[in-house]
Amino acid sequence: MTDQLEQLLQSAQTAVSTATESRVLEQLRVDLLGKKGSITEQMKQLGTLQGYERKAFGERINKVKSAVAELIEARARTLADADLQAKLAAERIDVTLPGRGDSSGGLHPITRTINRMRQLFGELGFESVEGPEIEDDFHNFTALNIPELHPARAMQDTFYVMNAVRVLRTHTSPVQIRTMQQRQPPIRIICPGRVFRCDSDRTHSPMFHQVEGLYVAEKVTFADMKYDLQMFHSRFFEREVEVRLRPSFFPFTEPSAEMDIKDEKGRWLEVGGCGMVHPKVFEAVGIDPERYTGYAFGMGVERLAMLRYGVDDLRLFFNNDMRFLEQFK
Amino acid sequence: MKLSENWLREWVNPNAPIQKIAHRLIMGGLELEIEPAVDTLPEGVVVGCIVSAEKHPQADRLQVCDVDVGTGETLQIVCGAPNARPGIKVPCARVGARLPGGMEITQAKLRGVDSAGMLCSAKELSLSDKSDGLLELDTQAKPGQPITEYLNLQDNVLNLEITPNRGDCLSVLGLARDVAALFDVNLKRPNLPAAVVVGDQRLRVDVEDVETCPTYSGRIISKIRSTARTPDWMRERLRRSGLRCINPVVDITNYVMLELGQPLHAFDRDKLRGSIGVRRARAGEQITVLTGEALSLNHGELLITDDSGPIALAGVMGGKDSGVTETTTTIFLESACFAPTAIIGTARRHKLTSDASYRYERGVDPALHRTAIDRASQLIAEICGGEIHPIAQAGRTQPDPISIRLRHARLNDLLGCEIPAKRVEALLARLNIVTRNEVGGVWLTRIPSYRYDLRIEVDLIEEVARLHGYDDIPARPYAAALAPSRPPESRRTLDGARAVLSARGWQETISLAFVDPSLQTLLAPDTPSVKLDNPIAENLSAMRTTLWPGLIQSWLHNRQRQINRMRLYETGVCFADIDGTVHETSRISGLAVGNAIPEQWGAPDRPVDFYDVKAELTALFAPDDAEYRFEASTNPALHPGRCARILRGGQTVGWLGELHPRVVQHLDVPQVPVLFEIDWSAVASTRVPAAQALSEFPSSRRDLAVVVDEAVTADQLLDCIRAAGGTQLRRAFVFDIYRGEAVGNACKSVALGLIFNDYSRTLTVEDIDAATADVVGSLTQQLRAVIRQ
Repeated sequence: MTDQLEQLLQSAQTAVSTATESRVLEQLRVDLLGKKGSITEQMKQLGTLQGYERKAFGERINKVKSAVAELIEARARTLADADLQAKLAAERIDVTLPGRGDSSGGLHPITRTINRMRQLFGELGFESVEGPEIEDDFHNFTALNIPELHPARAMQDTFYVMNAVRVLRTHTSPVQIRTMQQRQPPIRIICPGRVFRCDSDRTHSPMFHQVEGLYVAEKVTFADMKYDLQMFHSRFFEREVEVRLRPSFFPFTEPSAEMDIKDEKGRWLEVGGCGMVHPKVFEAVGIDPERYTGYAFGMGVERLAMLRYGVDDLRLFFNNDMRFLEQFK
Repeated sequence: MKLSENWLREWVNPNAPIQKIAHRLIMGGLELEIEPAVDTLPEGVVVGCIVSAEKHPQADRLQVCDVDVGTGETLQIVCGAPNARPGIKVPCARVGARLPGGMEITQAKLRGVDSAGMLCSAKELSLSDKSDGLLELDTQAKPGQPITEYLNLQDNVLNLEITPNRGDCLSVLGLARDVAALFDVNLKRPNLPAAVVVGDQRLRVDVEDVETCPTYSGRIISKIRSTARTPDWMRERLRRSGLRCINPVVDITNYVMLELGQPLHAFDRDKLRGSIGVRRARAGEQITVLTGEALSLNHGELLITDDSGPIALAGVMGGKDSGVTETTTTIFLESACFAPTAIIGTARRHKLTSDASYRYERGVDPALHRTAIDRASQLIAEICGGEIHPIAQAGRTQPDPISIRLRHARLNDLLGCEIPAKRVEALLARLNIVTRNEVGGVWLTRIPSYRYDLRIEVDLIEEVARLHGYDDIPARPYAAALAPSRPPESRRTLDGARAVLSARGWQETISLAFVDPSLQTLLAPDTPSVKLDNPIAENLSAMRTTLWPGLIQSWLHNRQRQINRMRLYETGVCFADIDGTVHETSRISGLAVGNAIPEQWGAPDRPVDFYDVKAELTALFAPDDAEYRFEASTNPALHPGRCARILRGGQTVGWLGELHPRVVQHLDVPQVPVLFEIDWSAVASTRVPAAQALSEFPSSRRDLAVVVDEAVTADQLLDCIRAAGGTQLRRAFVFDIYRGEAVGNACKSVALGLIFNDYSRTLTVEDIDAATADVVGSLTQQLRAVIRQ
């Protein structure tokens, strides 16, 4: 009888270890260990035995039973693991294929530049203010000490609308005028925006962008202006930038200066103009020029963007070629 | 303005190379560039005198010349220039010479005749872009003298860009004054011989108004030699200043203008009638100016007249009939001071500019006229012969002195640094500004008559700063006492909107604000646009009333570059002319065209449609998107069946739709973009979030399928559901639409999801059944919906 049990165990071992599907294994479990399974059947022989023999045989059966159960379990684990591996292998994807859906768009380099300027000037305490793009003569010229009959008018080629009653602003200075009309000092603002000049060639666009700044308070000095402009340019270009102020003429400032910065090759590049607010401008907006002083500056955004990002053709900014714009994502 | 360096150094000669002078001038506020007087100096070219010129035996157009080059024997040179003739002095390139163009002169044989050099034209010496024939030199030129020395070619040209306030620098004298001040050296006034008056003829001169013409001088110079020739030294200086030689008298007036800054005009005395006047034009008067242009004078232009009428537009241009010619023997020479305001309007109105008007517009020294007329008279007498007659003068003899007070404290306060009083006085003295101390750190200054730009205190502060050096004013950090300003949280910024769209795959563009009126009219025929009075081109002549023309242009530009899928947006101001008033509105607009998502492997391709872009707007409007409604409407630019008016609180805030097929056809492109445009000011306001309690109880969902007429909109269904669903209905939404035989013609089946929830308890099936029944009842009644089982 023991031999029979031994045979059962051996054949079970063979059958389990060669089973390749969990279904087959389950059938083996039923055939061997089920209620009518061949090992279970062996139990019936217990009735024919007595005493010591019966006990020993009982133990022997139980041993075989648990050995077989263990074999089946181990084999089941192996098969389940293989199944999982197969499933995982089957589910493999090509992770190098691109993602579905849209990628990011982007800001126009001019907007990007203005945003940086706003932020950097913001940290220096300048508030950003905007104003109309079609202006009247007073705000664009007269209040800025540019009288009708003055050669300075010819410095800026103006677009006229509404039978020359109104102009497309030639600079964002009218926003400064409007702000000074509305508020009392201290005023510390920048005025970013579109401006227009009747000039179009390789280096001039009839529309371009400026950021102008104005600081009016008691005892604002030329030395303060130098400091702010140096701070701004060094931050904008993320290196120590030498700023050079060079005497010049603007009707709305005095003393006036052209603003140059030194590039990495040591060349001076003109980036804007600046100066102390002219007393006639203060008079035009009703600010006491004896009590308050101020400085103003203006910079070309395109110019700064070209220097910062290495753009060499002004016209690229306004024909919106995607191949250009996408470089600024 | 261009001036010769050598000429300048005759007036002021700081011990510095020209680059250093240029740098000092630039840092003193006078922009300039330095160019050599000639590109390359010729080598081996000397003054030659043609002793004889014989016809070439083999060639009709050539002559064989004997040329004296100062060596004692003549050179035989074959020459093709028509003006080669015995007796003239010309530049002669000897064998071994090298011309500026790189040409080397060798011993040659021309049609069998030996030629030992070449006679040169101005062009061959790079003195001119073109020339006809040999450059003829003064008869006094000494044969053998190197041409570089004779013409003083070792020179530079200062090309100056003078700002409008510095009219005083528009001459050698003026520039020299500033150089002297910047280098703190003395002006070397060259000794200009005085004019010797020999005659006694004069014309009567009257000035109507000394405000427009503070002073007017004129004199007759008679017996001028018509054969006179402008000497080479003067020709060269005029050339370096970019002026053409015309005739000796005109050349001399130009020369003196460049030298001293005083514009002069010479009339042909024999063409003048009676006396000279300076007065405003009477309406309807006419004058034909030197250029031949006949002008009608209707704006009180300042004129020079004789008894017959206008003879010159004062300070701008002389009249054609009274000008000097080759045959003129007696001139009336004018040296006047006109007020800038009297000149500037005239020049601009008649679009005439001249070297004279350029200077008068900026201010000519009222104390200069006599010096200048004497200088010119003397040069005329010297060069053209002639008898000088006395000066006739009208107007003021001396300009009114100008005085300005300057406070030392104010100067330091404005500049932000301490400049000692002694230094201020010294700097002003360099500018010939005399200072007198008053009490309390105040100077009373006396301004030279040529400094039109110095009228108020700050003008002087600028002068001090300029001479002190902007570089020497230190940058000063300061503590700004400013209240920080922050925009309210309930205000959305355009930057925020741009960030949303850019993050969702939209590319920002910036277009010109002027557009093609024909495209704009097609898109927005009903909005009156603001037209430019002086556009650059017809297709840039209207201010945009919408951002769509710019977006469409950008789309087409990229389409032509094989880019077929785009999502473009722009923010900017649009303009409308409403009853003669300009209205500006800030807008944000977009154009989407091509595939809904970029062409790729994992999803079927389909063109972008209305709903794709609507989702973008919903994102843009968040968190207030529930306040917005899209209503079927019509817009001339958009497809009438695929166009929504966007409303917020009953107010139109924008449009969304497919481009109208008519416009697509006009543009002749096979793609149909979806466009939107939003009035930014109407959407900029938002709410500050107010947190709501969260329910701790589960929510339940019921789905309904209803069949309704095609005309019933999703909004109608959802409004109806929300109205009937009771307070526990949290959300209702469409999750499917089905059209087909099963639901019948002109009908659609809409699947709706309803989410119920309560804050205080878990809802029972009965609660939800009851609410759903209310919804169904309402849908059936109001929208004749049929519930699909």
